[in-house]
Amino acid sequence: MTVKTMAEFMAEGKQPEILFWVGSAGSYDDRAKKITKAFVKILNAANVDFAVLGQEESSTGDVAKRAGNEFLFQMQAVMNIELLNGYEIKKIVTCDPHSYNCIKNEYPSLGGVYEVYHHTQYIKELISSGRLSIDADTYKGKRITFHDPCYLGRANSEYDAPRDILVKTKANLVEMKRHKRTALCCGAGGAQMFKEPEKGDKDVNILRTEDALETKPNIIATGCPYCNTMMTDGVKNKEKEDEIAVLDVAELIANSLDN
Amino acid sequence: MTYLPNILFAIALIVGIGYFAKNVKRLIRNIKLGQSIDASDNKAERWRNVALIAFGQSKMVKRPISGILHVIVYVGFIVINLEVLEIIIDGLFGTHRIALNVLPTEVYGSLIGTFEILACLVLISVIIFWIRRNVLKIARFIKREMKGWPKTDGNLILYFEVVLMTLFLVMNASDIEFQSLNSGNVVSQFIAPWFSSLPESTLHLIERGTWWLHILGILVFLNYLYFSKHLHILLAFPNVFYGSLKPKGQFNNLEAVTKEVKLMMDPDADPFAAPAEDTSEEEPAKFGASDVMDLNRVQLLNAYTCTECGRCTSACPANLTGKKLSPRKIMMDTRDRLEEVGKNIDANGGVFKDDGKQLLGDYITNEELWACTTCNACVEECPVSINPLSIILDMRRYLVMEQSAAPSDLNNMMSNIENNGAPWPYNQMDRLNWADE
Ligand code: SF4
Ligand code: SF4
Repeated sequence: MTVKTMAEFMAEGKQPEILFWVGSAGSYDDRAKKITKAFVKILNAANVDFAVLGQEESSTGDVAKRAGNEFLFQMQAVMNIELLNGYEIKKIVTCDPHSYNCIKNEYPSLGGVYEVYHHTQYIKELISSGRLSIDADTYKGKRITFHDPCYLGRANSEYDAPRDILVKTKANLVEMKRHKRTALCCGAGGAQMFKEPEKGDKDVNILRTEDALETKPNIIATGCPYCNTMMTDGVKNKEKEDEIAVLDVAELIANSLDN
Repeated sequence: MTYLPNILFAIALIVGIGYFAKNVKRLIRNIKLGQSIDASDNKAERWRNVALIAFGQSKMVKRPISGILHVIVYVGFIVINLEVLEIIIDGLFGTHRIALNVLPTEVYGSLIGTFEILACLVLISVIIFWIRRNVLKIARFIKREMKGWPKTDGNLILYFEVVLMTLFLVMNASDIEFQSLNSGNVVSQFIAPWFSSLPESTLHLIERGTWWLHILGILVFLNYLYFSKHLHILLAFPNVFYGSLKPKGQFNNLEAVTKEVKLMMDPDADPFAAPAEDTSEEEPAKFGASDVMDLNRVQLLNAYTCTECGRCTSACPANLTGKKLSPRKIMMDTRDRLEEVGKNIDANGGVFKDDGKQLLGDYITNEELWACTTCNACVEECPVSINPLSIILDMRRYLVMEQSAAPSDLNNMMSNIENNGAPWPYNQMDRLNWADE
């Protein structure tokens, strides 16, 4: 798949419509890379002129900040901001709610002010402006339950965008008992993704998977690469991986494009 | 001689209110031990929050049963306290039901009638509250941190309410004059017959007795607040006012760090320059928090405001899966330590003498801090806009930046970010490989 970098746009003397912030998971994690590619497919279908930073992209510093390392966070932030401002970036879209929250809320006071979108918000905009249409019946009638990512939902009060676009697939959206503002974390946030959990009687992702299983879903939809890993592991732990798929909203939409 | 009750009353009032004022002063001093924080922005939105969240209890009713019962007790508390105004005037001037001289009988009657109905509703609510705590043993009321005083405190207030409401109703029922008005005695008229066989003088004694106990009870209650989770009756309002207005996911950027990072990244800075002689008298900034003085004033106000309701803990993913972390405990520990520091200052003539203890380690353990997923469920749940997460983060900052005491997995993650710009050990040059796979 051809993906143009900001450096290439610059060399041509052009500005892209948006910068796609891929994020570390989206760049390196095998499962998350599929989400990245699904989103690129959507961008292409909607004829969005987009760029990535490629080798110039670096961690937002979000996870370091939440682990308590404010130094490392600000070093990363200042570096990224210098790069983004150098390219005169105005609009950023990302599939990672952590990057979304960090760039949108924590970069401005360090000099990085951009219009930032989570991919579900951007897809919603593409659909409502008529640039993207979802015609295939791939998921018609399927039971889909959406797991709210903490950093999209509670952290930024965005509960509607992912749901609004999921219903376009004609799927049957079912809610877990804890959803939207009361949604339970998948267990990966706050740098938990990178460490062993503290002693307890259960892992958080198992509890969240149980919430999801109660809705008897065909598909668990996620909007964050880390949630996706946690829920996928949870479903495997419950030995349900043959019946229930864990898919990002971007993948569900990409599979519902009519082409 | 006839003035004796008036004088006694005035003394009780002065002692009660005076002691309360002293505690309020101590409370303010303790909160000011924290770092100052600017919350002077967006006044309009802040007042709106006070109206909706504190007065309107909009977040309480998100859990309808306890929410609605709480609204009844809260409205009852405020409205019935109007009666206290009359009691104070009567007490000071030796009058009896002074408001009857000012208000038409029907108006007075409908006021007292409302109070009586509310008193009944409060009684019922309080009994249900007691059952929830002691019979149904709802999970969030019996967690680890709810042993000892917090448990007693939770029940004491309920007994207080029962006693005060009963006194109020009996006072009205045994007041012959009031009963003969036959206006406003909506509830007390049913209690009055129990006393009908008693001689008038005994009745009068009961009426006086309950009157005195009622007002003394209220004064005791006022002074009990400082030692109780019930401080929220007063502090919920300023606490909601000072609550953060930013998106919950936005964590503050430490300015002291920004300064250092700017210096490090400044290409014009001479790395070999000798530090300027008289940089300033400022102590070198401490990153993060290890004790209550390192927290900011809003965080300390949060600690005093916490109602110990446990809504935060009952939504916490770490706590729900059996980890030690409980956001409510974070708030209770902060308050306990702050009280300890305050007492230390009182005992040492106004200055804090190092007691070899701190919030981190002696109250809150590393294990609790590292269990947090920063999910904001606790912040979302809190009915009075408390933010336990901000304290957890500030203490993690201390652990990492002052003590390099992160779990080893996290140290690996952080050195990966430093070395190759990703939390995993991948080469930055491979960032775009996905496009070709
Ligand atoms: S932010 Fe931390 S303390 Fe608060 S609910 Fe989530 S995991 Fe628990
Ligand atoms: S922090 Fe808020 S939700 Fe938690 S116990 Fe205290 S008042 Fe209740």
